[in-house]
Formats: sequence, C-alpha cells, structure tokens
Amino acid sequence: MSDIAPQSHVLSASLRREFVLAFRNRGEVANPLIFFFCIIIFVPLGISPEGKVLAPLAPGMIWIVALLATLLSLDRLFRSDWEDGSLEQMLLSGQSLYLIVINKVFVHWLTTGLPLTALSPFLGVMMSLPAEGYLPLVSSLFLGTCCLSLIGAIGAALTVALRRGGLLLSLIIMPLYVPVLIFGTAAVRSAIDGYSVSGQFAVLGAMLTAALVLAPLAVSGALRISVDS
Amino acid sequence: MTWQWFHRLGSPKWFYEKTTVWLPWIAAAAVILLVVGSIWGLAFAPPDAKQGNSYRIIYIHVPASFLALAGYYVMAISGAIGLIWRMKLSFMVLKSAAPVGAVLTFVSLITGSIWGKPTWGTWWEWDARITSMLVLFFLYLGIIALQSAYRQQEAADKTSAILALVGMVNIPIIYKSVDWWYTLHQPATLKLTEKSAIDPSMAYPLITMILAFYAVYAWLLISQIRVEVLRREKKTRWVQSIGEVS
Repeated sequence: MSDIAPQSHVLSASLRREFVLAFRNRGEVANPLIFFFCIIIFVPLGISPEGKVLAPLAPGMIWIVALLATLLSLDRLFRSDWEDGSLEQMLLSGQSLYLIVINKVFVHWLTTGLPLTALSPFLGVMMSLPAEGYLPLVSSLFLGTCCLSLIGAIGAALTVALRRGGLLLSLIIMPLYVPVLIFGTAAVRSAIDGYSVSGQFAVLGAMLTAALVLAPLAVSGALRISVDS
Repeated sequence: MTWQWFHRLGSPKWFYEKTTVWLPWIAAAAVILLVVGSIWGLAFAPPDAKQGNSYRIIYIHVPASFLALAGYYVMAISGAIGLIWRMKLSFMVLKSAAPVGAVLTFVSLITGSIWGKPTWGTWWEWDARITSMLVLFFLYLGIIALQSAYRQQEAADKTSAILALVGMVNIPIIYKSVDWWYTLHQPATLKLTEKSAIDPSMAYPLITMILAFYAVYAWLLISQIRVEVLRREKKTRWVQSIGEVS
C-alpha cells in the first residue's frame, strides 16, 4: 500500500471533482435557491402583505425556508456517487474517508448554504426586515447553514441506499435541526430588539465546531454500511 | 472466561429461554404495582391544595415521561453495543425499544395536554418540556421509519443504530436549547406548579407508579424482543422445535 497518494493531492483532486460536478449540474444547484424564493412569495400571499405583519415574521420565516431548502438539496449529496459506484471506489481507495466527506459537505455548502446566505438580504427586503436585522441574519445563516449541511449529511448518508429516501431523510433530520434554528433566529431577533447577540453566535460557533468534528464520523460510518448493503 | 456471561447475553436462544421463565414474574410485578399504585394514587392520596383532584393524572404522566426518556437511552445504548460487539440480540432490543418508547412519549404528551387544560386553561402550550418531548417523539418516529424503510435487516439495524447514537448526542443539546428558547420567550402568565416539595402522602404512590411503569416497560420490551427473536431466527432448529411442541 505504498503507492497511496498523499492527502493534499487527494484533497485537491476531490475538491476539483466536486466543483466540476456541481458546475455541470447547474440546474440541480439552482433548484433549492428557486424554492427558497418561491416559498417566501407564499408568505405575504398567505398571511398578509403589510410590512407591520411581515416584519416580526421575517427572521423566522427566512430561517425556516433556508432550512427547508437545505433539506431539499441534501438528497443529491451522495446519491449519484452511490449510483455510479464512485462512492465505493472512494471507500476502497484507502484514503481518509473523513477528508472526502468534509470535502463533499464543503462543496455542498458552497453551492447551497452560501448562495442562500447571499440571497437572504434580498428576501429580508421583501419581508420588510428591520435594518438592524440584516447583518445578524447574514452572519447567523453563514454559520448556521454550515451546521445544516454537516448534520444533514448524516441523514443523506443513512438513506443513500434507499430508492425513495428524500422524505425519510427530512423526517429523520428535522429534530436534529431544532437547536440550530432556535439559535439562528434568536440571534436575529435579539439584534432587532437591541440586545447583544454575541452569546447566540458563540453557541452557533460551538455547534458548528462540534458538528465539524463529529458529523463526518457518523457520515463515514453510515456510508460504509450503505455501500456494504 | 470472565467475558463469557457477556457473550451469552448476546445469544437469542439463551435470551428466549431465560425470559420464558422471567416474563410471568415481571408481568405479575407489573400488574400488582400498577393496581396498588393507581388505587393508592387515585383514591387514597390527598387532593392537591390548588389543583384539587385534577393533579392525579401525575400518576400516569410523570412515570410515562420518565420511561419515554429512559427508553431512548436503552435504545441508543443497545444500538452502540450492537455496532461495537456485533451482537445480534442488541439490534433486536434497538428495534423493539423504538415503538415502545414512541408510545410512552405519546402517552406523556397526551396526559400532559389533558392535565394542561384544567391547570393552564389550554390544551397545548409551547412549554419547554412539552416541546422537547415532541422533538423526542419525532426522533423515535425517525428510527421506526428508518427501520421499516430498509429491506435488508442488517442495513436497517446498523443505520438506525447510528441514527439513535446521533440522537443521543443531540438530546441534551436539544433539551438545553429548547429550555433556553422558552425562557427567552417568556409567556409569563403560566407557570408549572412547583413540585419541589411534594408531600410524602403523594410521593409514595408516585414512586410506586414509577416502579410499575418500569415493570410494564420491561414486560412490553421483552415481549417485543421475543417476537423479534422468533421472527429473525425462524430458520434455526431451536425455533422450529418450539413450533413442533406447541
């Protein structure tokens, strides 16, 4: 096993591969973002177009829809690699599965979480979010969507071997998203109310760190089982 | 040598034979404790100073909530044992514990809601404990759904074991965050009655009921596991010989 490639090489190669795949499937990447917008349109239509009504709902609604959009995009995280057998090759390669998983999740975040974060100020305008809320909204989504991608990857890995895993994936991952949602929206809301938000960001950062360390372990374990079966 | 007992625990046949002997005793203990505890709690314990007789649902609500939470740990720890030592039996425990735990969580939610109506004046209140119980209920449902989604038993067992472990890491985080969220919201008008100084005349029947629920839980869980053992081992000779005798 002396001819195993060095890790830096694997890292850059798999990163490049993920980027190319994401770029060639632009439609799939765009779908969650379009979904994000569509649902936000439903809020004024379904509740009320008045700014006074929308403003208190804005932080929570934007966060919930970002969460749903992430959930929607998770199914494709390992699916095509599993179907064409490249996932099996990755497991057999003898390389650290941890790094490969981190890479995949990172690119997933770059193509869903980051665009969602970038879009959120526009949705804030449409939802008449108060001015103090924008910076906390963007930064809490920035940290929070990382957590969502990492935790969601566990669900994606657990259901990858199932033909219709999409709905099941949402069902098993939703309860695990509760803390992220609570602290994400709390950060925006207390910023609007004029309180300090450092506590909420500290907790979001702590959750991100914990997820970064622990989630890939669970993902690797789940992927091994899925490939075996 | 010293580990022999541990490995014997993993044998479905050993488990089945032992529990055939144990189960009537556990069932008897459960019935006796349930009858004693509920008559004591419902008829002889004094009524509450503020809530009158409506507080008596505590004798079902509190034990059910206890077991709902403990049941998750039973499930997750047996899942971990299964993943580490590859014991067949522990995966059967995992699978059987999920529906039992889900039912207990549901009972806890329903009785809490019924209790909330006379005490708080509403069927549903987004209280921290209720909300985290609801999340726990969905964690259970997730395990059950994952179990039934896989055709191959081995994949179902291992994936749900991983999910149960991830959930176990998350339960304290979920609980703390919901608690924190609730204190931030401050619905102000409602407050849980202070239960810190519960009178012994109310506490003893409650303890009896908690013990009774533990016994009922063991009874239900073992019966579920026995069915699972028979289902999975139906091709072995010892299971078929049971069928021939009866």
